Amino acid sequence: MIKDRALPVLTVVAMIIAVWYAGAALLNLKFEYDQAERIGKEMSFTEALPKTMAQERPVLPAPHQVAVEIWQTTVEKKVTSKRSLIYHAWITLSATLLGFVFGTVLGILLAVGIIHSRVLDKSLMPWIITSQTIPILAIAPMIIVVLNSIGITGLVPKAIISTYLSFFPVAVGMVKGLGSPDAINMDLMRTFNASRSQIFWKLRWPTAVPYLFTSMKIAIAASLVGAIVGELPTGAVAGLGARLLAGSYYGQTVQIWSALIVAAILAGSLVAIVGLVGSWLNRRMGLREA
Amino acid sequence: MSNTVISTKNLDLVFQTADSPVHALSDINLDIEKGEFVSLIGPSGCGKTTLLRVIADLEQPTGGEITVNGMTPEQARLARAYGYVFQAAALYPWRTIEQNIALPLEVMGIAKAEQQKRIAENLALVDLAGFEKKHPWQLSGGMQQRASIARALAVEPDMLLMDEPFGALDEIVRDHLNEQLNKLWHRTQKTVVFVTHSIPEAVYLSTKIVVMSPRPGKIYDIIDCDLGDERPLDIRESEKFLKIAHRVREGLKAGHAYD
Repeated sequence: MIKDRALPVLTVVAMIIAVWYAGAALLNLKFEYDQAERIGKEMSFTEALPKTMAQERPVLPAPHQVAVEIWQTTVEKKVTSKRSLIYHAWITLSATLLGFVFGTVLGILLAVGIIHSRVLDKSLMPWIITSQTIPILAIAPMIIVVLNSIGITGLVPKAIISTYLSFFPVAVGMVKGLGSPDAINMDLMRTFNASRSQIFWKLRWPTAVPYLFTSMKIAIAASLVGAIVGELPTGAVAGLGARLLAGSYYGQTVQIWSALIVAAILAGSLVAIVGLVGSWLNRRMGLREA
Repeated sequence: MSNTVISTKNLDLVFQTADSPVHALSDINLDIEKGEFVSLIGPSGCGKTTLLRVIADLEQPTGGEITVNGMTPEQARLARAYGYVFQAAALYPWRTIEQNIALPLEVMGIAKAEQQKRIAENLALVDLAGFEKKHPWQLSGGMQQRASIARALAVEPDMLLMDEPFGALDEIVRDHLNEQLNKLWHRTQKTVVFVTHSIPEAVYLSTKIVVMSPRPGKIYDIIDCDLGDERPLDIRESEKFLKIAHRVREGLKAGHAYD
């Protein structure tokens, strides 16, 4: 099984890295030629090529430069250091997780309301959809400023931006999930004379669990994006977003790319964890894996 | 006090659909006595399932009268006067067989010990003892349907309403379940209303067969089916059985003729 999958996966990874190297060479070449021209020297392609892989501020850093930067800022730095990527990742992760929990709870509550009331369905759904058409970059600074003015700073404002992005997939997924019991199962509950809350806990909720985990996978990735975006307008104090912003102020492309890669690894791990919890729960509930 | 448990008078039901109203039930007059096994038979669209659903208070009639146990169907449903068995087993996949049977008991707020007692009793009754901890997907279709009958019986209702419960099963399993259902009915003395489109099934199981015809759904014939209480499967080759089956078939044919 693992052998069957390893080859195609490794092939794709190798191709991405190859394209990345080629891109780095091409994009960074111009700088080397310009440098040579400035001091009146001719530079051949074979002379320039190795230099494109070792620039201090490359247009596109080579993979190994990013790898070295990540190594130096994670393994070789104390986690308490302001230069440690683990420290910054933790700052972002804590806001992500808090926002994800808020968003999931909010999404579920909205879905429960919408499922049980036509009025809520008609009055809330348009606003829920509208909320997602506003670019998060536009609304994030306002949330930060407004919350700052009433004395809420630090983790919570960032978490709220995460919530803003993550409640949506959960709400939509759970409206679908809680509404998905078959007519026959609803009729069955009716013949038992079950109350609304009994129908909810004994039928709707278990039916919706697989939908919940599918939407939570999307929500946790969206939460991370929200937390990073939330770190940009605060003046780049700490967090992966701050590293991105600081990197772009000072043209530290290697730093930017390291932060990006760490964010991607973080997102991938979070989605995988949610997925694993989901399939563990499915097995516990005795459902056959699809 | 009469023994009539279900009584309808000029019962009418018209479904309002987008294009035109559908006359699902028209002028249904039917009395069902306590302990009877009544089959509703007819082609699709004759309203047999709709009639069963009206009895169960899953549909509302638009005219006429109906009483169940001397009450309105809603009162009867609230009093949990019946157990309903659907076309599909409708077991919850995340519950084990015993948890599925406990479902109506949990809803009713019955004590755990009593729940355990009823689960054991009713699983034994449908021959599923030993399958308590299995999940529905681990059981065959016939076993799933038996579990759903046990779930309906666990409520300890006076009445069983069954909507083509064996329609999706193959003939061999169906024969077997028919035999078991006959024994079950004989043993428990419950009133059963049974929807089917199989003539041999209806004749084998019933004390009374209601032949229905479609558009609008109405009763064409009511046939007494006096084959005794205990019925071995080979009763189906007896002359009496074939005679009743013939009359049902003629009724179904005639009901179709003015279609």
